[in-house]
Amino acid sequence: MSDTNGQTKNPNNDNKYLDMDLLRFTTAGSVDDGKSTLIGRLFYDSKSIFEDQMEAIEKSSKSSGEEEVNLALLTDGLKAEREQKITIDVAYRYFATPKRKFIIADTPGHTQYTRNMVTGASTADLAVILVDASKGLLTQSRRHAFISSLLQIPHLVVAINKMDLVDYDEKVFNEIVSEFREFAKKLNVTDVTYIPISALKGDNVVTKSENMPWYQGSAMLHHLENVKVDADDNIVDFRFPVQYVIRPNQNFRGFSGRVASGHIRPGDEVTILPSGLHSKVKEIVTREGNLDIAYPGDSVTITIEDEIDISRGDMIVRKNNVPTVRNDFEAYLCWMNEKPMELNKQYILQHTTKTTQVFAEDLLYRMNVDTLNSEEGISELGLNEIGRVRFKTSQPLFFDAYQINKKTGSFIIIDPATNVTVGAGMMRAGSTVSEESKSRMARKKSPNVVWEPWNIQRKEREKRNGHSSEIFWLTGISGAGKSTIAKELERRLFDEGKQTVLLDGDQVRHGLNGDLGFSPTDRAENIRRVGEVARLFYEHGNIVICTFVSPYNKDREGVKELFPEGAFKEVHITCSPETAQKRDPKGLYAKAKEGKITGLTGYDADHEAPEDPVLTINTDELSVDEAVNRILELL
Amino acid sequence: MNKMSEKKTQSHLKELENEGIYVMREVAAQFDRPVLLFSGGKDSIVMFHLALKAFYPGKIPFPLMHIDTGHNFPETIEFRDHLVEKYGVELIVGSVQESIDKGRVEEETGPDASRNALQTTTLLDTLKEYQVDAALGGGRRDEEKARAKERFFSHRDVFGQWDPKNQRPELWNLYNGRKKPGENFRVFPISNWTEMDVWQYIAQEEIEIPSLYFAHERKVFNRRGVWLADTEFVNRMEDEELETKTVRFRTIGDATCTGAVLSEASNMEEIIQEVASARQTERGNRHDDKRSETAMEDRKRQGYF
Repeated sequence: MSDTNGQTKNPNNDNKYLDMDLLRFTTAGSVDDGKSTLIGRLFYDSKSIFEDQMEAIEKSSKSSGEEEVNLALLTDGLKAEREQKITIDVAYRYFATPKRKFIIADTPGHTQYTRNMVTGASTADLAVILVDASKGLLTQSRRHAFISSLLQIPHLVVAINKMDLVDYDEKVFNEIVSEFREFAKKLNVTDVTYIPISALKGDNVVTKSENMPWYQGSAMLHHLENVKVDADDNIVDFRFPVQYVIRPNQNFRGFSGRVASGHIRPGDEVTILPSGLHSKVKEIVTREGNLDIAYPGDSVTITIEDEIDISRGDMIVRKNNVPTVRNDFEAYLCWMNEKPMELNKQYILQHTTKTTQVFAEDLLYRMNVDTLNSEEGISELGLNEIGRVRFKTSQPLFFDAYQINKKTGSFIIIDPATNVTVGAGMMRAGSTVSEESKSRMARKKSPNVVWEPWNIQRKEREKRNGHSSEIFWLTGISGAGKSTIAKELERRLFDEGKQTVLLDGDQVRHGLNGDLGFSPTDRAENIRRVGEVARLFYEHGNIVICTFVSPYNKDREGVKELFPEGAFKEVHITCSPETAQKRDPKGLYAKAKEGKITGLTGYDADHEAPEDPVLTINTDELSVDEAVNRILELL
Repeated sequence: MNKMSEKKTQSHLKELENEGIYVMREVAAQFDRPVLLFSGGKDSIVMFHLALKAFYPGKIPFPLMHIDTGHNFPETIEFRDHLVEKYGVELIVGSVQESIDKGRVEEETGPDASRNALQTTTLLDTLKEYQVDAALGGGRRDEEKARAKERFFSHRDVFGQWDPKNQRPELWNLYNGRKKPGENFRVFPISNWTEMDVWQYIAQEEIEIPSLYFAHERKVFNRRGVWLADTEFVNRMEDEELETKTVRFRTIGDATCTGAVLSEASNMEEIIQEVASARQTERGNRHDDKRSETAMEDRKRQGYF
């Protein structure tokens, strides 16, 4: 492909290609955004098109009466696609530079083919979303961004194409960037790169464009070559779905599979699911010899010390790190078939190497992929629709939340009547989500039911502590001074001999809520869990201090409902945006200004002030001590 | 957690190998009677190598199936038999000659006559005869534009036909091999490999390949820019002069439609260099693909490899 590896002397030793890694990316855009042209351009300019391919598309362009060579013909391979000049199916394309080999899943952009976009996105490390500069951000691009975030593609590139049509105007670029940022706030995306390009003319695709001196970033190819990929692997949680049992003779019994995540060494203690039996890894066998360690992605054969019955569909995990084992769970489901999903109909579910029967018990809501709103009270999920569904399987599954482990958090749904793959699902954290539905239902049924089960009543604890249980909820933007005030408050209470505990946003996000991001849904879940924890401490007799940005009234209302009437004390900590940005205790505002993060409350996302706070503290006006005194006065 | 090891960066060849092995094992696990389609070409040799790895220390749990046009280079057949003997695997041969003799297909005539298209019938008949439910093939998506849309697990109806517009979605690495009686699958474990990947892998793993791939002297003649070997199977026209050239083959298929390239590359390093600087795709010398713009798609729909 590229000529640069032509000097290679000995392929066994110093062939550069042998040190290359692999980037899988997907491209998405509307019919006319110029996606195929971009791919054609990447190939053409990186010299990955062969002469006979070029001849063939030249011939074909001519015969259809086009003036310029239509690079799109390179990717649109099927007869029907060439006839209709559209891309129908996911096409996989390959090219390499001396640095990297690339696999492109080129997915069509029309609405009716969303399932293909999901398919292409399912294996991608990066997504390129094309936006036509002359048209601005369309519904299509928003949809692609949403799907990319739903499928947790770690890196997004927004390629603002056809810059030549808008005179390479920086203003047009900036407008689209800020519009996309605004939209991306609602999504769970972390790494977004914006590149102004002209695929047709070759600006900023392979080489940096001289037409856009105002653009400081790198050209598309340079970015694709350098973006870090394997950093996204989960190397902590060892999961080994058994794929096949190799038993050539009485003396050897090996369990073959691909390490889904984590790593393992001979001698490591393991648990076998579903039996729950323990053993130790004896050997990690390959034809080239036994390995000292196996990493994510490795296809290996594991033998274990003890004679345990293990077969396909079982999972080998570390003794002290096991996945969720349940037969009911919730998931985001993308429906991929003309025939809509039916509730309580029997489907087949394929998850890791396991296949089992499944019923969709409840359709909680449907995502409107254009507005990102959830539509409740619907009974059907149709083609290309995405919903949150509660499933029940006939056998328990061993799974993790898709967000922390794609391999053990993804599944497909098969219609047993046709054997066709009709749905693709991404699992949510098992136990918590189920609790959520339960508590939702419980709350609907009876608001008081939650107070019944305590063995030792709160009153007894309060009596012994010599003070009542309290709950203070400090809400406000980052940099308002919540944590500083809360820490001082906790110290003062503790020194006074009071039972107290401080729950802080960062603290729970590292542990309890480590699987959550910053989308509105995840923020809601974050607050809901914290609320439940706060309630436990409250019932245990503590003065609970919670400091959370918690921008949405609805989420805080949910927490309030967990406590006896009048107990929940909301304190609004505020200051001017300038002060907050100057303080910037976590450097978040700096990052947001550089465009590294989006959706920062107080910067480009709103904080909904409490409707009825017990106290509002403006830290532009009050010192920390004064603020703490004000709160203590409420006791 | 403190013993957590840093992950080595996985080379692209290792990742492709891991993926190929995974797919092979899925086939062995999901199907009752799989076969590995073996042509004697480099792709099917790599497939064989992956199968050895996938089931080590066990034997490959399925037979090889060769569709013999009767127009193979003798070197191909010798190599096939050598491999079968060395690793003790079962070999099934489907013969195009037999299909002709039985009247299942009719031999093409004229200078460009080839048994390439006839193979499809023999292939489908042989798959049926042995009740094969999954045929592992060495097809790669980079080979040809129609192949770019192929799935790893590619469903075939009871007539062995492919419906490219109506393929099952294939997500993550979850391969759906469910089928009705009489239907079967073509499975392509090296879908994501390029020609360069195959050569680099052969070099890295020091895999044996037929001598046809290395430069050698051969009597050839030029037909519309393609160097065809002089064999008893090709109808050479009077104005097509025989010349002795140093050539090698980039792909190995039927002798009637596989062109040679002028080349001095006599070892793996030189081949890799040549592939790296090639300006033609490997199928650029295949007469079978040049018949029409969608020749491959048309053949694949009918059940071709």
